[in-house]
Amino acid sequence: MAAWLGWLIESNWTDPFLFAVYSIVKPLSGAAILVIMYGIISGGNFNTPLFPYIYLGNAFYIYVGAVMTGVSWAVVDDREHYKTLKYMYIAPIYIPVYLLGRGVARFITGSIAVFITIMAGVLFLKVPLHFADINWGLFLVTLILGVVMLALLGLLLAGITLTVARHEGFIGEATAGALYIFSGAVFPLDVLPAWIRPVGYFMPTTYWLELLRRSLVGNVAQAFPTLANFSNLQILGILLGLSVFFGTVSIWVFRYCDRLARERGLIDHTTNY
Amino acid sequence: MPHSLAIETHELGRIYKLRGSKKETRKELVALQDVNLTVERGELFGLLGPNGAGKTTLIKVLTTLLSPTSGWARVAGADVHADPESVRPRINMVSGGESSGYGLLTVRENLWMFSQFYGAPSKEANERIEALLEMVGMKDRMHTKSSDLSTGLRQKMNIVRGFLTDPEVLFLDEPTLGLDVGASRDVRKFIIEWLKADKERTLLLTTHYMVEADELCDRVAIINKGRVLACDTPSALKQRLQKDVTFEIETSPLNGLTMQMMEEQPEVKKAALTEIEGGARWKLSLVEESALARVFNLFAQKDVKVMNLNKRQPTLEDVFVELVGRSMAEEESNERSE
Ligand SMILES: Nc1ncnc2c1ncn2[C@@H]1O[C@H](COP(=O)(O)OP(=O)(O)OP(=O)(O)O)[C@@H](O)[C@H]1O
Ligand SMILES: [Mg+2]
Repeated sequence: MAAWLGWLIESNWTDPFLFAVYSIVKPLSGAAILVIMYGIISGGNFNTPLFPYIYLGNAFYIYVGAVMTGVSWAVVDDREHYKTLKYMYIAPIYIPVYLLGRGVARFITGSIAVFITIMAGVLFLKVPLHFADINWGLFLVTLILGVVMLALLGLLLAGITLTVARHEGFIGEATAGALYIFSGAVFPLDVLPAWIRPVGYFMPTTYWLELLRRSLVGNVAQAFPTLANFSNLQILGILLGLSVFFGTVSIWVFRYCDRLARERGLIDHTTNY
Repeated sequence: MPHSLAIETHELGRIYKLRGSKKETRKELVALQDVNLTVERGELFGLLGPNGAGKTTLIKVLTTLLSPTSGWARVAGADVHADPESVRPRINMVSGGESSGYGLLTVRENLWMFSQFYGAPSKEANERIEALLEMVGMKDRMHTKSSDLSTGLRQKMNIVRGFLTDPEVLFLDEPTLGLDVGASRDVRKFIIEWLKADKERTLLLTTHYMVEADELCDRVAIINKGRVLACDTPSALKQRLQKDVTFEIETSPLNGLTMQMMEEQPEVKKAALTEIEGGARWKLSLVEESALARVFNLFAQKDVKVMNLNKRQPTLEDVFVELVGRSMAEEESNERSE
């Protein structure tokens, strides 16, 4: 129910033109910038395994911005924009469920963008994606687990957002930005200095992206050493473990922040920025 | 059997910690202090007070949005802090003077969505939405996007949202703020009808319009600086002042006559003076009606002419002045300068 209401709000968020811009043009132009940069750096060599690695990592990363940032942004939106957060709050619903619902809605809209980006890659840039070779079972399990994980991470950020009166929007964006670097989205973790790599190893997104790539273009992913010693099942196990860990932490943090926000009177606080 | 009290507070207090830019500017602000109130089921209860009195703060505590810092409060039989989940299905709240709602959803969609949070069957909800919109004269705007509504209409939509879920206890924070005279009247009429339809329904509203509190509420609590100064029926509150006789007198320019001179008269209990175009307006509380002769005498001595004379029935405004020592407008300008 809450998910469905979230969908209503999200899909009505803007008119069809802007909707198209955000869910199609923006991700495509993001991908285009990446492709051009890659082209320049690699001297136009699109046949190395690195290219699909980057391209797919970037495409799936759209979900991080959509779902994780989306869930935490819902707090800002409802509080500052629509001024409805307090009415949601006094309603007999469990707020995290509503927020996660908003995340599910963002997942659906995000999927359009991901799909289009990948198709563009296959059609125009020869990303070696062969439908017959895709490990669909692994792909779907990973995708769903990952989206749940992202939504729960979003809840964690939503909790923090709830207790911060100012500049809330930037928390979600900043986290998404940091994860972009530390999750091996567009370059293998091995590129980073060794002392900072553990951050990436601790992020569930790292394993999630790796598994998605493996399920779609198995041989390509194997070309990178980061997680080469782990089997699919092992990575899935790690992903599951980290998701459960972060999920539990998220719910706990959200509850704590929720109480804090009530104590400080921040639930209907507007900054009028 | 439901708990007989709709609202009950005990020594309720709320302190805000103000966080300045630097550590040393950290201050505490007492928004509510030792509030003891009981509201029976079926009552229309009013909170009357100037800006910053703590009305909204009290509503936030009672609607589970804000934790109290001392004391406790029960709404519809459950503690708002310890057991908000039991309170929430039974209440609803509307704040006036703000436009909330999802702009790109239509009026009907906005309302329908909120009804769903309360688990109302969809068909029933739609019927209620239509009926309520009809009652506030907005039925023709049902399919308008709420972003295209005027501020007043959006507020009406918001008020409908409050009534839609048929709460046991409804909180309205300044429901008529920003509405024009006609719309305010509609809203007040609607409030009364809603309460009449079911004897178990309770409504608490805040206002700083004296007349609204007077004509609408069964009981009124006068609140200032976080404290409840008095709580009774409007007529009982006014009766406290009945012993004084109040006159409003408009005179020609004062020719040196001062407020102090007036106050020095033994029969004048209280005097207030405002300048108006071409003269002055006095508000005098006299020990008895015959003391008016003395006042006229004083005017005559200074050659001040009486242009208009009105005997005033006490209003809640007078009650406020009696309790606080200042009018509500004065209290508000004072609050701002603090
Ligand atoms: N979130 C907050 N943080 C700090 N102080 C606050 C906060 N909210 C309210 N206050 C202060 O608490 C006091 C009571 O405010 P409140 O909003 O309850 O008054 P009110 O009676 O509703 O006034 P109004 O008629 O202006 O709506 C005021 O002095 C206000 O400045
Ligand atoms: Mg207020």
